[in-house]
Amino acid sequence: MDKARMWRRGVSPRLWLAGGWLLLALLAAIFAPLVAPQDPLAQDLMLERLPPFWLDGAEPGYWLGTDSLGRDLLSRLIFGGRIAFIVAFAAAIAACLVGSTLGLIAGYFGGWADRIISRIVDIWMAFPPVLFAILLVAVLGTGLSSVILAIAIIDWTRFCRVIRAEAMGQSRMDYVENARIAGYGRIGIMLREVLPNVVPSIVALLSLEMGIAVIVEAILSFVNLSISADDPTWGGIIAEGRLSIHQAWWVLVFPLITLILTVLSFSQFGEALKARFDPVLR
Amino acid sequence: MTARIFHREYEPRAPAKIYMLLQRFLIRLATMLITLFGVAVVVFVVIRVAPGDPIAMMLPPGATDADIARLRALYGLDKSIVEQFFIWLSGVVRGDFGTSISLRQDVLGLVFNRLPATLELAIVALVMAVAIGGVTAILGARERGTAVEAGIDIASGAALSIPDFLWGLVLILLFGVLVPIFDISGRVSPQLDLPFVTQFYFFESLLRLRFDLTWDLLKHMLMPAVALALPLAAIISQLLKQSLKEVLDLDYVVLARVKGFSETQVILREALKNAALPTLTLVGVQFTFLIGGTVIVERLFSYEGLGNMAIDAVINRDLPLIQGIVLVFALLFVLINLAVDMMYALLNPRLRHG
Repeated sequence: MDKARMWRRGVSPRLWLAGGWLLLALLAAIFAPLVAPQDPLAQDLMLERLPPFWLDGAEPGYWLGTDSLGRDLLSRLIFGGRIAFIVAFAAAIAACLVGSTLGLIAGYFGGWADRIISRIVDIWMAFPPVLFAILLVAVLGTGLSSVILAIAIIDWTRFCRVIRAEAMGQSRMDYVENARIAGYGRIGIMLREVLPNVVPSIVALLSLEMGIAVIVEAILSFVNLSISADDPTWGGIIAEGRLSIHQAWWVLVFPLITLILTVLSFSQFGEALKARFDPVLR
Repeated sequence: MTARIFHREYEPRAPAKIYMLLQRFLIRLATMLITLFGVAVVVFVVIRVAPGDPIAMMLPPGATDADIARLRALYGLDKSIVEQFFIWLSGVVRGDFGTSISLRQDVLGLVFNRLPATLELAIVALVMAVAIGGVTAILGARERGTAVEAGIDIASGAALSIPDFLWGLVLILLFGVLVPIFDISGRVSPQLDLPFVTQFYFFESLLRLRFDLTWDLLKHMLMPAVALALPLAAIISQLLKQSLKEVLDLDYVVLARVKGFSETQVILREALKNAALPTLTLVGVQFTFLIGGTVIVERLFSYEGLGNMAIDAVINRDLPLIQGIVLVFALLFVLINLAVDMMYALLNPRLRHG
């Protein structure tokens, strides 16, 4: 299959690039106070809308330029990465725990459990996700934990749908029947036999979900509903950039590149993991 | 019971088929109503659990307690949650979605005023997605195994991984700022005089042959539509190409090739018909995702649609309006799924013959 060839030849360097970017961004975020050249909140109207370093009028120390309040863009991006990664990890793991558990139960036990869980998933799928997220954060109040909770509440269905289908497939396999004949309990089989076989899908989905969580956080802070408006977030910087697009394009371009690289990296990881664990493609 | 009807040999085929479709339709309709009821419950619970008093925000400073109580009673906020829900639900069933708190207008009227703008945008985006996805799939299938196919794979991979929100921003930078050929905000130039009777400006301008207006509308609509279309185009491209490549190895297609048809003719005349069905089902589900994407994309382009109004409603804590908008979106989603399901049942030969 051509995909298998692609995996052997093409994906590995891309995977290295993706991993390199994520590691770089993550380290910068963790060590933000050490790495950031300026205070991300310091306003200086003398330094407003400085262009990035290769253009005329740039100031040393403000590598990517400044926004309309004279705040250093690079430092804001680095600090914004903290929020992005916290949300990515926490929200994706929370969504994964809820969704995978329900999906496993629905897929393995079937019957009423499946009917109820599937109906709830149907109801969830009838919501426009972005609107649902905005509504939840408005209701829960802005703040980091609200954003994480909102994303988890919305996106658990992504895990549930896939894991349900996989667990359903697994539970029809011979080895499950054999385990039952050998006298294992239903919950024991689910956890010890079925779960390990769906873990690869869970891991791949987790990586994809992290990219999605980064985007949703950016969207929420874009409409000014993420954390407090003062803290730098990627979406918040984009909102500023959208406003001053004709005066200072760099305020929009750099966070956009950052977001695109991050999302592509997470999805590359997810795809690669999926291909790696998929017995057909392997 | 149904099985017996099917197996009676003297039963004519056509009524059995209609019966089967009708049965399928009714089952889907019932699940759809349950889903909608669930959506109503979830929205209602989410909003009423919310801290913060919407009434307090409507009153001028110095309002007395009596004023507040009167207003609460006016909006039914003084009753129990269950009572409030059923009052609201019975209203919704009768088409009464209540009055918007921030805009002081009938919610249904507000929603219907904005819905056409969103539908137009979504439909234009869908058409673009099908066109782009279809053409690249056919091209990729024709040039399978070449650099062209590899290029299409990479492009569709990127189009799929980058969400509509980011595509919108990229397009704003490219065609709004770098090469400013399109408008990056609004639905139509404000100085224009619009002779329309419906809110479907784009479609109506086409029908009235007012192509000057069509062009202005299109200049505003094109970028948000492309942003929404790209991820869906990528999915269509990938799936349709895969199905085409599978079909292209089948005997009847090989036969057409032997008969001397060119590869493009083989694909268009023989393969496409049979490869399109799995894509059709997928497009239905993905179309609801596309409509969900209009919320943020409309915001990004200040396009005056339902999604943009929804975000304002959330920021203003306008409960009746939020409920109305979310329910209309949900209704739209389940109706699309129902339509796709019925279409699939009609077109799929395996289901068609029971």
